[in-house]
Amino acid sequence: MTASATSPAADARSRELIRPVPATWWLKRGVYVRFMLREWTCVPVAAYAYFLLELMSKAKDRPALDAFCAALKHPGWIALHVLCLVAVCYHAATFFTAAGKVLVVRRGEDRVPPAAIAGAHYAAWLVASVVIAVLVWIA
Amino acid sequence: MAGDEATLEVFRYRPDDGGAPVFDTYRVPYRADWVVLDALNYVKDHLDGTLSYRWSCRMGVCGSCGMMVNGEPRLTCAAFLKEWHPKPIRVEPLAGFPVVRDLVINMEGFLHKMKKAKTWLLPKEPRTIEQGEYRQTPAELATYKQFSMCINCMLCYAACPVFALEPEFLGPAAIALAQRYNMDSRDQGEQARADALWSHEGIWECTFVGDCSHVCPKHVDPASAIQQAKMSHTTDLMKSFLMPWGKR
Repeated sequence: MTASATSPAADARSRELIRPVPATWWLKRGVYVRFMLREWTCVPVAAYAYFLLELMSKAKDRPALDAFCAALKHPGWIALHVLCLVAVCYHAATFFTAAGKVLVVRRGEDRVPPAAIAGAHYAAWLVASVVIAVLVWIA
Repeated sequence: MAGDEATLEVFRYRPDDGGAPVFDTYRVPYRADWVVLDALNYVKDHLDGTLSYRWSCRMGVCGSCGMMVNGEPRLTCAAFLKEWHPKPIRVEPLAGFPVVRDLVINMEGFLHKMKKAKTWLLPKEPRTIEQGEYRQTPAELATYKQFSMCINCMLCYAACPVFALEPEFLGPAAIALAQRYNMDSRDQGEQARADALWSHEGIWECTFVGDCSHVCPKHVDPASAIQQAKMSHTTDLMKSFLMPWGKR
């Protein structure tokens, strides 16, 4: 045993209590739960990306595309779409809130409030959604 | 009568006994203007003199009395009993830190991280006293002032699950203060702090849970500081990649 290992400081450290972190740590606080929900939104988003790839692969095969689209009327597919929409909306909301913290815009000596930055993102989201809806409606 | 007394459930760890930690229950007088620290002082003075905890200023400045109060990191000098009364109030040491005894945590690791992140001014040019102070405009001060309000209370570390799971994480306060000096117009220490900040244990370990900012008693918003540091570092990397001839 080295001299340092027997020093009072080393001896005190050896008697310190290290508290384990349980696997359910994320259930302890609402902030943690919301964080985990945000992280889990990647699963439905990945599922929807796979769905879009499948859809694209059938784009040039009209009978297969029609059969695929007919199958989408199944409640399971509708539920998946609703889940994906909710997940993406939640992720977008957390992303916009984060943008307010990350982007620092100053007007003179004052910082533009994070809520205004987030609000600008929501406004841009609304405009983009309306433009896409119009384009789809025209098509 | 329940209205006259508050119930404290206090975490006790006595290393000399070699046993597991326990919660001791104390009943103290309830007063609407008492904070949890007042109640702990009452226990220490009147009920159990062996209880160990840190405190100093009693006015939210020194950052010594941070503890978990009913699961939330709080300065006990600013946590009023009336927030929870008549429910029991559970007091524990700050989460994520090794416990030395009762409510006292070992803060050596935190201090080491402050040193590692060089959270002090590394001036652009040495100046003698005769040359006067390092001058700065109000606009330059405004860029970092919020991050300079940190009192090193470590509540942000206790709120951070990344720190609890990965103790090597540099952590919210050290990164916020390093970013504070990086943003200071008088400072030139960004490169000196780079190894600590840009490493895996630095800013990139943060997953942006954001609770560090919620619990900060001084509204420092360390989560914002870390994300701004990520943005700044990424921008510099992209610039060096796209414009290798340019000067940072």
